[in-house]
Amino acid sequence: MHNAVAKNNGRSLNAGCPHLKRSKRKRMSRPDKIFTIVNYSFLILMLGVFIYPLVFVFSASITKPSEVLYGKMWLIPTSLYFDGYVAIFKYKDIWTGYLNSVIIVVLGTLLSLAVTFMAGYALSRKDFYAKKFLMWIFTFTMFFGGGLIPTYLLISESLNMYDSVVSLIIPSAVSVWNIILIRTYFISSLPQDLLEAAKIDGCDNIRFFIMVAIPLAVPIIAVITLYNVVGRWNSYFDALIFLSDPAKYPLQLVIRNLLTQNQINSLDPNVGILELESMMKVEGMKYGVIIVSTLPMLVIYPFVQKYFIKGIMVGSLKG
Amino acid sequence: MKSGFAYKNGFAYKLKSDVKKNTGLYILVLPALAFLILFSYVPMYGVILGFKEYDSLLGIMGSPFVGFDNFRRFFTGYYFADVMWNTFSISLYSLALGFPLPIIFALMINSVGNGKFKRTVQMISYAPYFISSVVIVALITAFFDTSTGVVSNFLRLFNPNASQNTLNSASAFKTVFVLSGVWQSLGWSCIIYIAALSGVDPQMYEAATLDGASKMQKIIYIDIPSIAPTMITLLILSMGNILSVGFEKVYLMQNPDNLASSEVIATYVYKKGLLSSDYGFGTAVGLFNSLINFAMLAVTNFVAKKTAGYSLW
Repeated sequence: MHNAVAKNNGRSLNAGCPHLKRSKRKRMSRPDKIFTIVNYSFLILMLGVFIYPLVFVFSASITKPSEVLYGKMWLIPTSLYFDGYVAIFKYKDIWTGYLNSVIIVVLGTLLSLAVTFMAGYALSRKDFYAKKFLMWIFTFTMFFGGGLIPTYLLISESLNMYDSVVSLIIPSAVSVWNIILIRTYFISSLPQDLLEAAKIDGCDNIRFFIMVAIPLAVPIIAVITLYNVVGRWNSYFDALIFLSDPAKYPLQLVIRNLLTQNQINSLDPNVGILELESMMKVEGMKYGVIIVSTLPMLVIYPFVQKYFIKGIMVGSLKG
Repeated sequence: MKSGFAYKNGFAYKLKSDVKKNTGLYILVLPALAFLILFSYVPMYGVILGFKEYDSLLGIMGSPFVGFDNFRRFFTGYYFADVMWNTFSISLYSLALGFPLPIIFALMINSVGNGKFKRTVQMISYAPYFISSVVIVALITAFFDTSTGVVSNFLRLFNPNASQNTLNSASAFKTVFVLSGVWQSLGWSCIIYIAALSGVDPQMYEAATLDGASKMQKIIYIDIPSIAPTMITLLILSMGNILSVGFEKVYLMQNPDNLASSEVIATYVYKKGLLSSDYGFGTAVGLFNSLINFAMLAVTNFVAKKTAGYSLW
């Protein structure tokens, strides 16, 4: 297992590099040439497919809504228009939602990290007698569940969490999938000798977990944090079923209501001037709202990226 | 004497002595266990409601039993065939594209070396994963808008007479749903394969090159066998989710015109069970869903064990 990890951190790939370069300098055979051309063309095409909608949204957010609406703008902004962003900054609901989302994401992620890392570490220990039994209890919940209604009744009625942000933070704190990833990480990358040495020094389990295991787990902490933050920021279902007070709505629910109220058919002759006006207003904000709500997630990734491959890789090895 | 010996080997005895020895570990695992018992196992007990007629005054425990009435109502209901078919077909459709495409994409990315191009492709292909379903559906709606949408205009090049909104058509719903899902998750899902591929010993490629293997042969004989265990694990896991079409995106994409092909179990339970407060019925449908999922997982796992010698448990 140790060997596999060492291989996986990519350094051993560099060791083989000179050879690879030499073989590349050799002339490619015909099938290889065709393969390379097809491969590169396809990947470039895919690049376009991934990037086009993103560029479109950005351009549309700073182009006059009428030009976007009539299809004049398809890639590069055809005019400059910042009223959409100005309207967004004045739109109070969005910023309330932003604040609510930040609170939910921060508290939820901290709670989740604490609980899953504690469990993941304990379950990674070979000498933990209850490990097998507990793993069974834990994994069973991945494959079977009570379903929506019993969960809903428990949280909103028995536990009285209805219309409270607590209902978006506490019930989703434990992810068994993440516990398994963490456990696998500890099993494969925390040297057994460290524990032996610490035990001789009289270090108890909890101290060892906090002082030794956690500092060595940075890549997997980064990965699990990213999963949590992205998942919580982007979801709206829990808020939809547990919250009724719009002042508590997270951002996704706010923008859902904002964007879906706008689905009036523009060709419908029965739509009045007032509706059209409010539609145009939302139309002008639409792409800006998308940018404003997605940006925090897109800027997070580059920060955790350097830990990412390592964290995922270890997790993907079967423990 | 003999019974004392058995006692010392018993689970309870060993557990007790281990709790004394490894107290810290038990403390560490306790919060997660408590959360799971409360939020996973208690609701599992709550499925008993599926066999009851819920009365809010009497609560779950006090409500009267009605046997299999709720299930019967679901199986004989007007929507049963549609809901089941939609859930199955959307799931299989997603699996048919969502399972092989990340593998192919990962193999293609893996064979362009380790340069800037590879990193750029990866970086950009991850981006859609960070977008929420609310935003994705807003984008789909904008792109498919009949008069102004970019995709609609593009499709009109091939079929100038198409004037109907694609999103209102029941026949196109599944394709739009699945393809947008592939767009969003393709880059992200291939991370795990790329990770597995980077663990392949480079000497294997060198040896293959010396033997005159072409790039395609290296993929078939080195790359695919190396990622096969990952492939099987992911396939078994997705079979266990065959009846779980995620609620969030489907619900947002639904409109009265496409409902015939967009109503799935998750949205049906939400509307029938939660919005109309028919709790007993909603629980029964949910339980049926969980049971099918569990059965599919067990069957796939069994088949994988027999044919590939590989199993989750």
